[in-house]
Amino acid sequence: MSAAAPSRTPMVSLQAVDKHFGALHVLQSVDLDVAAGEVVVVIGPSGSGKSTLCRTINRLESVDSGQVLVDGVPVPAEGAALARLRADVGMVFQSFDLFAHKTVLDNLCLAPVMVRGTPKAQARREAMELLERVGIADKAGHLPAQLSGGQQQRAAIARALAMRPKVMLFDEPTSALDPEMVAEVLAVMTSLADEGMTMVVVTHEMGFARRAADRVVFMDAGRIVEVAPPEQFFAGGGSERTRSFLSAVLTH
Amino acid sequence: MSALVENWPALLAGLGTTLLVLVTSAVGALVLGTLVVVARVSPVPVLRAAAFGYVQVLVNVPLLALLLLAVFALPDAGLLAPLTLTAIIVLTVYEAAYVAEALRSGINTVPRGQVEASRALGFTLSQTLRLVVVPQAARAVVQPLGNVLIALLMNTALAATVGVVELTSAVNKVNLVQAEPIPIFGAAGLVYMALALVIGLGAGRIEKRVAIRR
Repeated sequence: MSAAAPSRTPMVSLQAVDKHFGALHVLQSVDLDVAAGEVVVVIGPSGSGKSTLCRTINRLESVDSGQVLVDGVPVPAEGAALARLRADVGMVFQSFDLFAHKTVLDNLCLAPVMVRGTPKAQARREAMELLERVGIADKAGHLPAQLSGGQQQRAAIARALAMRPKVMLFDEPTSALDPEMVAEVLAVMTSLADEGMTMVVVTHEMGFARRAADRVVFMDAGRIVEVAPPEQFFAGGGSERTRSFLSAVLTH
Repeated sequence: MSALVENWPALLAGLGTTLLVLVTSAVGALVLGTLVVVARVSPVPVLRAAAFGYVQVLVNVPLLALLLLAVFALPDAGLLAPLTLTAIIVLTVYEAAYVAEALRSGINTVPRGQVEASRALGFTLSQTLRLVVVPQAARAVVQPLGNVLIALLMNTALAATVGVVELTSAVNKVNLVQAEPIPIFGAAGLVYMALALVIGLGAGRIEKRVAIRR
């Protein structure tokens, strides 16, 4: 656990969260607090429940029992209240999921204008600044299909940021990318982390975990096995299961 | 040939009835089919079940049976409407099931991930449908809807069996007098082909206009 005193309300808090997919117990009494400004990287083998954990935070997955709080507020079950909460929680998906019928610029402007009621001109100005920041301002007028995977994912990050979220969730953001495009996406994420964004990142990128994480969470079979700062985590002092996972992913 | 020329007012009237039935039941089926598919994808289980039942019943009963039922059984139950209106209503109700299925296939072409992304951005269900799903589904349904409308055009001929004097009925009457089946039915066939071609080409043009550039 990090040494930071938990006196302030955690930005994200999972308390005794349980979830089943049919017979599969995909999350088993999971507890996790993420402080404001903290970057938590969740790693683990496929099927360990790390993506599901990420998706319960904005309730793209419901939970069977336990509580999920964002900025101290329990995540509503459904309806307009849930939509309002989601507006404050940015999410980036493995498959980018940009709106295929909208230009990159419109992808960024749609939610601020329709959900937040931001005036169009202001939304466009802010969207261009974000595209500038992720390095694809020249693609503003393009449709998603005209962009490379790395560019699409950077646009998707910018789309989430356009809502000025309190916390950003990344669900395997580089897993669908060609190796040469992984770096450009990780660079954007690293700079975001450096600027103090609260982030929960599910990834297989150990380099990013080392570089950007405040804490690394290791999951296996629906449980959090280990939580540690990266230097300690990768030093290999953890549990048997953690060491066998690390030796498998770090040798190649 | 003279048979066609001499009887052109009757044939033209038949064609007019065919077009009337086609256009009114096409508009009706598009509206009703849209309502059915909204119910079909709604989060309300009762609506979903009702829409599912509607589609299943109508695609599994022959149109002719529905027409006969409406024309002969409904007056028995005290509901008496003009024949042409009855045919229009039956075609509307019947084709709406196919319209709903065509629209649903279009909705299914919109990747689930985009729906999740829009929910994650804070869109409500209706915003997600209006801003993300419908505009993209529309592009995938133009051609299937065109096919449904062509099928509807062909199905208008069934109205002849219950006494509506549309194109097929009109040429049949002319042939009974003139006994020149080849030019008479051949010409009617060409007219149906031409109408189907217009619908098909129209759908093609609309599809090009709304296509996503890839």
